Amino acid sequence: MAKKAPELEEYQYGFHDRDVSVFRTQKGLTREIVEEISRMKEEPEWMLEFRLKALDLFFSMPMPTWGGDLTQLNFDDITYYVKPSERQGRSWDEVPEEIKNTFDKLGIPEAEQKFLAGVSAQYESEVVYHNMQKELEDMGVIFCDTDTAVKEYPEIVKEYFGTVIPPSDNKFAALNSAVWSGGSFIYVPKGVKCETPLQAYFRINSENMGQFERTLIIADEDSFVHYVEGCTAPIYSTDSLHSAVVEIIVKERARCRYTTIQNWSNNVYNLVTKRAVAYADANMEWIDGNIGSKLTMKYPAVVMKGPRAKGTVLSIAVAGKGQHQDAGAKMLHLAPDCTSTIVSKSISKDGGKVTYRGLTSFGRKAEGSKSNVKCDTLILDNKSTSDTIPYNEILNDKITLEHEATVSKVSEDQLFYLMSRGLTEDEATQMIVMGFIEPFTKELPMEYAVEMNRLIKFEMEGSIG
Amino acid sequence: MSKTPHLKIEDLHVSVEGKEILKGLNLEIKGGEVHAIMGPNGTGKSTLAAALMGHPKYEVTSGSVTLDGEDVLEMETDERGRAGMFLAMQYPSEITGVTNADFLRSAINARRGEGNEISLMKFIRQMDEKMKVLEMDESFSQRYLNEGFSGGEKKRNEILQMMMLNPRIAILDEIDSGLDIDALKIVAKGVNEMRSPERGFLIITHYQRLLNYIEPDFVHVMMQGKIVRSGGAELSEKLEAEGYDWIKEELGIEDETVGANA
Repeated sequence: MAKKAPELEEYQYGFHDRDVSVFRTQKGLTREIVEEISRMKEEPEWMLEFRLKALDLFFSMPMPTWGGDLTQLNFDDITYYVKPSERQGRSWDEVPEEIKNTFDKLGIPEAEQKFLAGVSAQYESEVVYHNMQKELEDMGVIFCDTDTAVKEYPEIVKEYFGTVIPPSDNKFAALNSAVWSGGSFIYVPKGVKCETPLQAYFRINSENMGQFERTLIIADEDSFVHYVEGCTAPIYSTDSLHSAVVEIIVKERARCRYTTIQNWSNNVYNLVTKRAVAYADANMEWIDGNIGSKLTMKYPAVVMKGPRAKGTVLSIAVAGKGQHQDAGAKMLHLAPDCTSTIVSKSISKDGGKVTYRGLTSFGRKAEGSKSNVKCDTLILDNKSTSDTIPYNEILNDKITLEHEATVSKVSEDQLFYLMSRGLTEDEATQMIVMGFIEPFTKELPMEYAVEMNRLIKFEMEGSIG
Repeated sequence: MSKTPHLKIEDLHVSVEGKEILKGLNLEIKGGEVHAIMGPNGTGKSTLAAALMGHPKYEVTSGSVTLDGEDVLEMETDERGRAGMFLAMQYPSEITGVTNADFLRSAINARRGEGNEISLMKFIRQMDEKMKVLEMDESFSQRYLNEGFSGGEKKRNEILQMMMLNPRIAILDEIDSGLDIDALKIVAKGVNEMRSPERGFLIITHYQRLLNYIEPDFVHVMMQGKIVRSGGAELSEKLEAEGYDWIKEELGIEDETVGANA
């Protein structure tokens, strides 16, 4: 078995390509920069106003003091907007060569051909490639970048934008609202079921870059959509910031599944606000994998507004050396007979830190609602730590809440058992880890499950001994 | 690796947490032979099994173990496994999320090495075949390794692994404990099918019962961390009929457990 590779080569997406950007703002954040971004995008006045209000909020709100350590994050040292090319391609041939090479290395065009119904690729601040199968287009599905949506579908965007996560929600939502760029906009009409997933891929290439995509998904009544996002960045000695906002509206009887495989390099602050509103009989599922980043603070939420709405968060977090994954879920039951499930699987190793932070809330009208929370942690060595911090708010006594938490270590006897059958210590550890996260991987589309297993194997290699 | 195996244990001393359990054990096992180790509880039988396989809790303080002249004690547990040693455990671990089939295929491939992996079809065929012999339900291949298995199911699963991995030296540690008579017969059938000049067996038990179904070539009695008496199959029959007291008497042993000194 190959022994531990040098530290920098462990993250295989750590390459960066030549800077080919056609425009970038100065470092730091001012009113002028926000105006400039809006001007570059030729935005309507209402969006500029939205941005500027959000900017004021951002300046006035204090830095969160809970969760991870944000003291090293310097807002003045970040480039807030980088435009990588003049226009967006609909075929990969139209994408600038350097950028296309990057996505080739990441295997995106290949994946698109094989098993995706639509692909969006964001490089720095802008979506550089976008395509969707014609069948979906014919059924009225809209899948484009959010900047385009502001121009082409202003009524829908205006109706929903910022309604699930207002800029005042938290400091990073305010920041995103002020400087957002790119992200995906999806509208699935009534009764339309998108059987194959739509995917977006987010790539940061520049040093000290901030990526602030803004995603808005509307699944109209009785529809279904599965959206998948992946993220990587190069390894630099200084930090980058990824601060996205994802808003989802799941209407009556619709179902939306949102799958994330976050594999940022270990110098990225990943501070993301993700929230969905689920109406009567709607079903929202967050499948959330966090492997990379320096610090992740992310708590996908489902606000169950209609009776019998369902929310699921199924997440894994892997924290290695120098990493802190502060992740979890929020479930808000605001109507009768809603059900939610949270399954959180955390792994820490090489001194990494994982925190499960969750909120389960039952409103006054939540009678008959149920929530089941299960947090399992696997700690691979004595240097690593884990925390479970559940919050419960209960305003109705006719509800059911189950919470179960386990912390385990890879036991000597388990290793001995597997090794006695001929597996090396690394292989045995990997097998135990893979088994531990199996409830997560089995929910991924096959291609992603394979990729996920490969990533985890890679992460685990040489982690013992 | 078709030549007959030869495991040689000489003057083996083993301690657990600083306490000496094995106190100079000698034993030789060759291909084609079935050795049974019997003895009351607490005499060091399971310690021998775990130490031969290299469990980290069991410290070999002196003596030697060789397989075909190779120093076994220098090998890690996984290397011992790949060299052809196998231990059917008394208390196999449970591994959640890993199916029996995936685990077995990984174990087989670990032995075969990269580039020489078993084909999926061949693997499935073999596994189906062996599971039939052991009267295991098909669903076992897709269940998580030992998770929620009854005691008897775990034992059968150990024998299934042995049959799939084709070890050269198979050590069975109290494979009969917790088995009813029907299950015992099935397990014995599996073991008997595996008897071959290319394989040696070390069967640890404290009941003679198992040996009614798997006839041993050699029977050894352990007391106080050593083999105190060896013989043929007739020795186990005598033990069944008369118990261990006559040996203790002959040897002047009052307390046969390892804590006591003769």
